[in-house]
Amino acid sequence: MSKRILIVDDEPNIVISLEFLMMREGHEVRVARDGEAGLAAVRTHRPDLVVLDVMMPKLDGFAVLEAVRADPNLTGTRILMLTAKGREAEQTKGMALGADAYMPKPFSTRDLVAKVKELLGG
Amino acid sequence: MISGPVLIALSLGYLGLLFGVAYWADRRAEQGHSVIAHPTVYALSLAVYCTAWTFYGSVGRATENGLGFLPIYLGPTLIALLWGTLLLKMVRVSKAERITSIADFIASRYGKSQALGGLVTIIAVIGVVPYIALQLKAIAWSFTILQQYPAVRMPVAGAQPFWGDTAFIVALSLAAFTILFGTRHLDASERHEGMVAAIAFESIVKLVAFLAVGLFVTLGVLGWGGPALPPLQDPAPLQPLLEPSVAPFADWFAISLLAGLAVMLLPRQFQVAVVENSDERHLRRALWLFPLYLLLINLFVVPIAIVGLLTFPDGQVHADTFILTVPMAFEQPWLALLVFIGGLSAATGMVIVETIALSTMVSNDLALPALLRFWRHRPPAADLGRLLLLIRRGAIVVILLLGYLYYWLAGEAYALVSIGLISFVAVAQFAPAVIGGLYWRGGTREGALAGLAAGFLVWIYTLLLPSFAKSGWLPPAFMESGPGGFDLLAPMALFGMTGWNEITHGLFWSLTANIGAFLFVSSLRAPNATEASQAGIFVDASRRTVRGSAPLWRGSAEIDELMALNARFLGQSRTRAAFEQFARERGVKTPNQLPDDAETIYFAETLLSGAIGGASARVMVASVTDEEPLGLDEVLNILDEASQIRAYSRELEQKSLALEAATAELRAANLRLQELDRMKDDFISSVTHELRTPLASIRAFSEILFDDPEIDLEQRRRFLGILVSETERLSRLVNQVLDLAKIESGHADWRTEILCLQDLIHQAVAATEQYVEERGSRVTLDLPDTPAAVSGDRDRIVQVLVNLLSNAAKFAPAGTGAIDIRLSAEGASWRVCVSDNGPGIPAEDLERVFEKFHQTALGGAKPGGTGLGLPISRRIMDNLGGRIWAECRPTTGATVCFDLPAQLATSPDSRPHA
Repeated sequence: MSKRILIVDDEPNIVISLEFLMMREGHEVRVARDGEAGLAAVRTHRPDLVVLDVMMPKLDGFAVLEAVRADPNLTGTRILMLTAKGREAEQTKGMALGADAYMPKPFSTRDLVAKVKELLGG
Repeated sequence: MISGPVLIALSLGYLGLLFGVAYWADRRAEQGHSVIAHPTVYALSLAVYCTAWTFYGSVGRATENGLGFLPIYLGPTLIALLWGTLLLKMVRVSKAERITSIADFIASRYGKSQALGGLVTIIAVIGVVPYIALQLKAIAWSFTILQQYPAVRMPVAGAQPFWGDTAFIVALSLAAFTILFGTRHLDASERHEGMVAAIAFESIVKLVAFLAVGLFVTLGVLGWGGPALPPLQDPAPLQPLLEPSVAPFADWFAISLLAGLAVMLLPRQFQVAVVENSDERHLRRALWLFPLYLLLINLFVVPIAIVGLLTFPDGQVHADTFILTVPMAFEQPWLALLVFIGGLSAATGMVIVETIALSTMVSNDLALPALLRFWRHRPPAADLGRLLLLIRRGAIVVILLLGYLYYWLAGEAYALVSIGLISFVAVAQFAPAVIGGLYWRGGTREGALAGLAAGFLVWIYTLLLPSFAKSGWLPPAFMESGPGGFDLLAPMALFGMTGWNEITHGLFWSLTANIGAFLFVSSLRAPNATEASQAGIFVDASRRTVRGSAPLWRGSAEIDELMALNARFLGQSRTRAAFEQFARERGVKTPNQLPDDAETIYFAETLLSGAIGGASARVMVASVTDEEPLGLDEVLNILDEASQIRAYSRELEQKSLALEAATAELRAANLRLQELDRMKDDFISSVTHELRTPLASIRAFSEILFDDPEIDLEQRRRFLGILVSETERLSRLVNQVLDLAKIESGHADWRTEILCLQDLIHQAVAATEQYVEERGSRVTLDLPDTPAAVSGDRDRIVQVLVNLLSNAAKFAPAGTGAIDIRLSAEGASWRVCVSDNGPGIPAEDLERVFEKFHQTALGGAKPGGTGLGLPISRRIMDNLGGRIWAECRPTTGATVCFDLPAQLATSPDSRPHA
């Protein structure tokens, strides 16, 4: 059951690890290196799930999240937020803006894979 | 319809109404509902300044010299600006010291001197009695003129014997009226509430009358549909009205000043403004309401004068009567009657208050001191209060009869007509003693006496005698040449001073003599004990809010005798009540338990002052107490103590100011700390973020490798490489954070040695050689031959250079990178610039690259540093006394430079300039 997944993060090494994990699960993976490119990719490729970093150049993760949720054409796009900012307030903000799940960095690969499965299965 | 009996009935009816107002106000006051405890009533009572002289005379003055009537109202308007301090001070002092008159005020200021009080009284009586005569004349004239309605005829002076003369009857009825008004109580400082209410009422009446004529003239006569005026034959009389001018300026200034002083120093003005003041806050409304009143009552002077001149072109009708005769000429009987009542108001108001004020002065400052001298040989009668009241009533009758006498003698003479301003100059003589006494501590009794006497004599010589000469009572030659033909002493051109009018001339010379004598004689000796203590009370009046502390006194006294003394003037019950209240204030049960100290004596003396004036009260109290004279040394000691207390309070004030400043500093420091705290939080948050990022990679790859043994060798090697580099990044970050903290906290060790920058650059290039080669870049050096000597820590400077070089290598395009290092002399510094051919730094980021964790993002890719290299470099440069900055060269890539102060390589201690 192959799904389209978009990874938006500016840390190359984290992107490599996420790409590896998602491809191992058999998904089709695309990558964007900043918020603007990420948002454009969401609009053109219509991924089933976006793994979205918060701290990024040009447009931060929250802004991308807001834009996606504001676009009626993009309903049904699952969004998993990833952030190195571990504060409680960040998580609350992400959930309030409509993220489907939220994971702090550093993350457990098993938890991440399980969460992605859960989001795509539901 | 207008006949003698009607006018007499109307006048008596009006006086009866006034008495009714006064009686009502007195009753209300007794019931505790004072009608005069209102700022508007106070301001209106000040308008007693506008007498019959204003009411009838302003129009007359206007026909003679255009706007010449204005300075008399301009002066008070301007001086009212100063009332907030000057008059306030006078009111405060007078309340504290229970001052009863202007004479009492001046006498109290200079050590409660009886002689001074007497002199002021004499000047006031001589200066003001002719002015009262003028009011009597106004009433008599208006009566006689109106009686002949509708014919307009000027009265003929001296046609009847004095007992049949209207003015005589007017004088007697005003005397009776004033006695009823003003001498019902003895304690003058208790205020005459009824009188003030009646005066305020009169102020309204005269204003209404004047405005009524003004409106009649402007709307009814000059306005549309008015009666035809006779054609103008000779335009000359209208000249000053139609082309007003303020020249000569000296006269305008002098008369404004004169009127400004008179409005505070005339006995009646002092009475209403100071003695009768019930609340010093009332001054605030008077500040604008009184000038407004003056404006209104002057509004129609010029139109009335013009219509008067047009109506009576032949000069048969005196201009002073225009306000009455114009309504008569236009057959307006009611308006004429209203004017008559208005003039009566203006005249009676002035006469009543002035006579009360003068009679108080005569009884307290002339009669009583004489009686005191007499009583030294013979014991006084028991009820002195009744005696004093009798003296006052007698004084009222005598003053009014003197006024009548002057009127009868002077009649139409110049001496009466011009007396208004001459009278003002007489009371202006009080100004140096009063104003000087309120602001200068150095004045003495002799100084004040000398000043007043000198000013008064010059006044007699330059103003009073010439007015007699003009009336034909003295040979006119007296005016032209001085006594014995000595022209320099001519009374109207003293010392050859010509070109001013007589009032300006007289005011100038009398005040010059007055001030000169006051200052000179005062400077002959220092103020004595009593003068010094009174000076303190007067000069510091605005700083004291409660009754001043007791002045200097030492001795012994019997409370019984003090009470008996007060009772002789004030009566048993009032004295007992006052002493009992004072005893309660001091915390004892009955007056007999009061200590015989300075405070008690001061109380008894002030209580008595309210009845008989300060100077007499002092003598009376001294007669029943046993005062030990205080030496000047002791007085000075006591005054020193007072000034010490003042100094302490000033110190305290300064301390509290310092405290406020410290609080402000603390608040600022606290804000700064909060800001630092916020910055620390931000820093920690950033550091956490920066630590979590490599940790995330390390954890992810470790788990991938651990969970999945099947990964092929190539991929496994790649992942392990990432693990190593992320670990390196992590430890670099930890090291730099610690390094930065060390530098910022000041714990870093800094060695200072003389270094050669060329050596350091070579060292840094060697350290980064491998990384630069890996990136495929090339380094070009541009170094001068002369050794570039700087002072500093070798490792730190190399650290900066390595940081700049690796940044350049990082941002330069891979494979074709070109890095330039240039060293040059810039003034007293050496400059090192490191440039690359990368994308450069956007202009808005030139400063931000030195902020912690700010990383320039290039095309969305992270540059992969820690974000701390440049911030650390900047701190190192700051520490070494240099500076570091980035330059904007977007076409050629980034350039980062630093300057370090140049050192002479040979000996760092023998530098030519520091």
